[in-house]
Amino acid sequence: MPAITMKVNGQAVCGDVEGRTLLVEFLRDKLGLTGTHVGCDTSQCGACVVHVDGKAVKSCTALAISCADSEVTTIEGLARNGKLHPMQEAFREHHGLQCGFCTPGMIMAAVDIVKRKGKKLDEDTIRHELEGNICRCTGYQNIVAAVKAGAASM
Amino acid sequence: MDNSTGTGIGARVRRKEDHRFITGKGNYTDDINLPKQTYAYFVRSPHAHATIKSINTAKAKKMPGVVGIFTGDDIANDKLGGLICGWMIHSKDGSPMKAGPHPVLAQGKVRYVGDHVALVVAETREQAKAAAAAVSVGYVALPHVVDVADAMGAKAAIHDVAPDNRVFNWSIGDEGATDAAFRNAAHVTKIDLVNNRLIPNAMEPRAAIGSYDTGSESYTLYTTSQNPHVARLVISAFHGLAPEHKLRVIAPDVGGGFGSKIFIYAEEVACVWASKHIGGRPIKWTAERSESFLADAHGRDHVTHAELATDSNGRITGLKVHTKAAMGAYLSTFASCVPTYLYATLLSGQYNIPNIYAEVDAIYTNTAPVDAYRGAGRPEATYVVERIVETAARELKMDPAEFRRMNFVTQFPHQTPVIMCYDAGDYAAALDKALEIADVKGFADRKSAAARSGKLRGLGYSAYIEACGIAPSAAIGSLGAGVGLWESAEVRVNPVGTVEVLTGSHSHGQGHETTFAQLVSDRLGIDINNVAIVHGDTDKVQFGMGTYGSRSGAVGMTAISKALDKIEAKAKRVAAAVMEASADDVEFKNGTFTVKGTDKKMAFGEVALSAYVAHKFNSAEIEPGLKEAAFHDPSNFVFPAGVHICEVEIDTDTGVTDVVNYTAVDDFGNIINPMIVEGQVHGGIVQGIGQALAEGCVYDKQSGQLLTGSYMDYQMPRAANVPNFNLAFTCTPCPSNPLGMKGCGEAGAIASPAAVMNAVTDALDVRDVPMPATPHVVWKMLQPMKKAAE
Repeated sequence: MPAITMKVNGQAVCGDVEGRTLLVEFLRDKLGLTGTHVGCDTSQCGACVVHVDGKAVKSCTALAISCADSEVTTIEGLARNGKLHPMQEAFREHHGLQCGFCTPGMIMAAVDIVKRKGKKLDEDTIRHELEGNICRCTGYQNIVAAVKAGAASM
Repeated sequence: MDNSTGTGIGARVRRKEDHRFITGKGNYTDDINLPKQTYAYFVRSPHAHATIKSINTAKAKKMPGVVGIFTGDDIANDKLGGLICGWMIHSKDGSPMKAGPHPVLAQGKVRYVGDHVALVVAETREQAKAAAAAVSVGYVALPHVVDVADAMGAKAAIHDVAPDNRVFNWSIGDEGATDAAFRNAAHVTKIDLVNNRLIPNAMEPRAAIGSYDTGSESYTLYTTSQNPHVARLVISAFHGLAPEHKLRVIAPDVGGGFGSKIFIYAEEVACVWASKHIGGRPIKWTAERSESFLADAHGRDHVTHAELATDSNGRITGLKVHTKAAMGAYLSTFASCVPTYLYATLLSGQYNIPNIYAEVDAIYTNTAPVDAYRGAGRPEATYVVERIVETAARELKMDPAEFRRMNFVTQFPHQTPVIMCYDAGDYAAALDKALEIADVKGFADRKSAAARSGKLRGLGYSAYIEACGIAPSAAIGSLGAGVGLWESAEVRVNPVGTVEVLTGSHSHGQGHETTFAQLVSDRLGIDINNVAIVHGDTDKVQFGMGTYGSRSGAVGMTAISKALDKIEAKAKRVAAAVMEASADDVEFKNGTFTVKGTDKKMAFGEVALSAYVAHKFNSAEIEPGLKEAAFHDPSNFVFPAGVHICEVEIDTDTGVTDVVNYTAVDDFGNIINPMIVEGQVHGGIVQGIGQALAEGCVYDKQSGQLLTGSYMDYQMPRAANVPNFNLAFTCTPCPSNPLGMKGCGEAGAIASPAAVMNAVTDALDVRDVPMPATPHVVWKMLQPMKKAAE
């Protein structure tokens, strides 16, 4: 089994992985970062979204070994110095979550949307950009409101 | 009542549970790992219906990492009981429902694609999966049937006890009186409807960790359950695994349920059972999404013929309904009550219908079991009532809103011919509000404008009623329920005045940690951050019935309220003793105890401490401590109701239906937290729009295979498929509970399919469009219309 190193949430980590080990398995099983979830097996639901070298990636569809020497940010690494990220704050403020299972992926995807599309997001853009994230609880209305407000305060 | 700020009843309090979820610190079952844990994978049937001739595990057992492989024979040898259906339904002729055996692992036969055949336990997930692929099962395929419409009397006899596949033939209402109403009718409207089969798809797949402690000889099961105590009761009393005091069930954070996590499933039982057979090592199983599609209990799947009689003034005089309801291959935990007491008892809708008769055939099919899914029977009832009422209005050339209004129930209490006694409501008020918000007056102009750009606009109504907080227990017991449907609560006041509430309800997205704390904060006048809600662990909460059917407000919170009454009474006695006054003279308001006519006062925390130090009262008269419990069994169902109006626009080139405007006016009685209630409505509406326009479970007739087995094939609503919704509330407080609450969890999913489909049929000017009205379905319907127009 090859050993890989990676920077996860600012910390250098290393571990042995099989060639087939997915990034999400490495994060959850080896590093105990269980905030990143697995909601499907076809790369559709987006519960597993993390950032690899600054870009949103579905960690169920990336091999851990392919992310060797990358910088990975998960939901656990979004808050800095005990202060919530504005997008996290916005999801709470706008009731953008219910069961919470899709939430880490939603928040990570939302932060990426802002990076790519800017802080002034209209509703259509947000809805279109969330194509890769499924929520069964909220009906999306409050998620869209949260992303809009979170973007503005980033 | 201040309903915008503060933390009491009516305030939009931000959720206390959110911090852990937005920081990735939730604690779902699959996040938990126990020492020496092993992993499970299930061998599942690739056949819709087959006899098992042999199971050869020899090769698989030699594979790397395999710890154990278990089959139906092991289950039989251990005398582990089968899965049960907890509601006995009797047919019209008095015979009991025909429940076939449902072993935890298949014994001799499989009955649907995905049926559980063997359990493979290994050191890793991958090893378990690889070994499962090496288990060789010899099947002899049998004839199968997957469509409920064809299943009765089909060549495939799924269970020996039901050779014609019919589980029961049940009826409700007065057939003779209803026939007479139809003989005297001025007009009869007839409709045939299919309520499409749905796959629940909570975002967290089901998961379990079962373990056996060889020292204490007791089991622990972590599981994704909406009702851990019911799971413990069933696993203990029916599967016979262990007595309840030797079985702990923990349902930690649960990522959505929608009914699908009420039921006691084979996989969870198998994991906790098998742990003992591998020396007590924990066994973890987490469903892959494709397993969720195959083996979670599905919802709906009705085929219905309905007829509505009206007199010459347009008043409804009778309703006749015949429904074929799919049960799937086995009767799931509450399957039998869904198309009966949760369905046909709601067929009066919001209307004064003097005569109703309904007959339901529950039928086995070679598919995953069908059970309660958000709304459970009530969306199916609303779909029948609201589609036929809309169709009748169109046939009678009456305005659909006014046709509804003239038939509304206006006097309460109102006894329907199908058991329910509606206690309070103002249906016209909701209709008026909805008409205004949806700007129905401006619809004709919007329709013309759409037509000019080649689009078809339609408007549809749904005036729904639902019954939730199923009760009282004695009444449902007489109807066949195997359990009581009360709820429990225990309020523990700590010596420093902070409070823990132990509830039998279970939150899997509903926000109980916030709303329940709002009640406590409001009642005791303490900071909401000093209240903790404890749920989901049978070792902490003594007993409870769990969360489903929008019951946790009306039933669960009422139990808490009753326990708080006792806390207040006891605290007054303690305060009276300390302040040397009569308990009758002690008043409690805003967290402070005062003695009438004096300036003596004590804060709640001081009284709590006094109760525990017990220095200032006679312990022979007042017991030390401040802890009270209550069980609440409601005297009636609660009846949320409302009017939803949907406006759609159909692109005639592509067949795409856009929901362009959606208004929901709901009467949930008194509301604890409007922010959370609105969220519930949003989510429910989208699940209903999903049913109407996107979601449909398809089994292939020829092969019996599930064709919609992933998110690539089963269309879940996404953000871009739905609009923002216009919500408003009316309020007639519920008279049967002290908080005046109804229930809000299912309303959106109950109301919206009918509202959407009434709008789609209006846009296309046709009697019916099958659900889901996907672009392909609509486009196909448009082609002959286009040809005719040419």
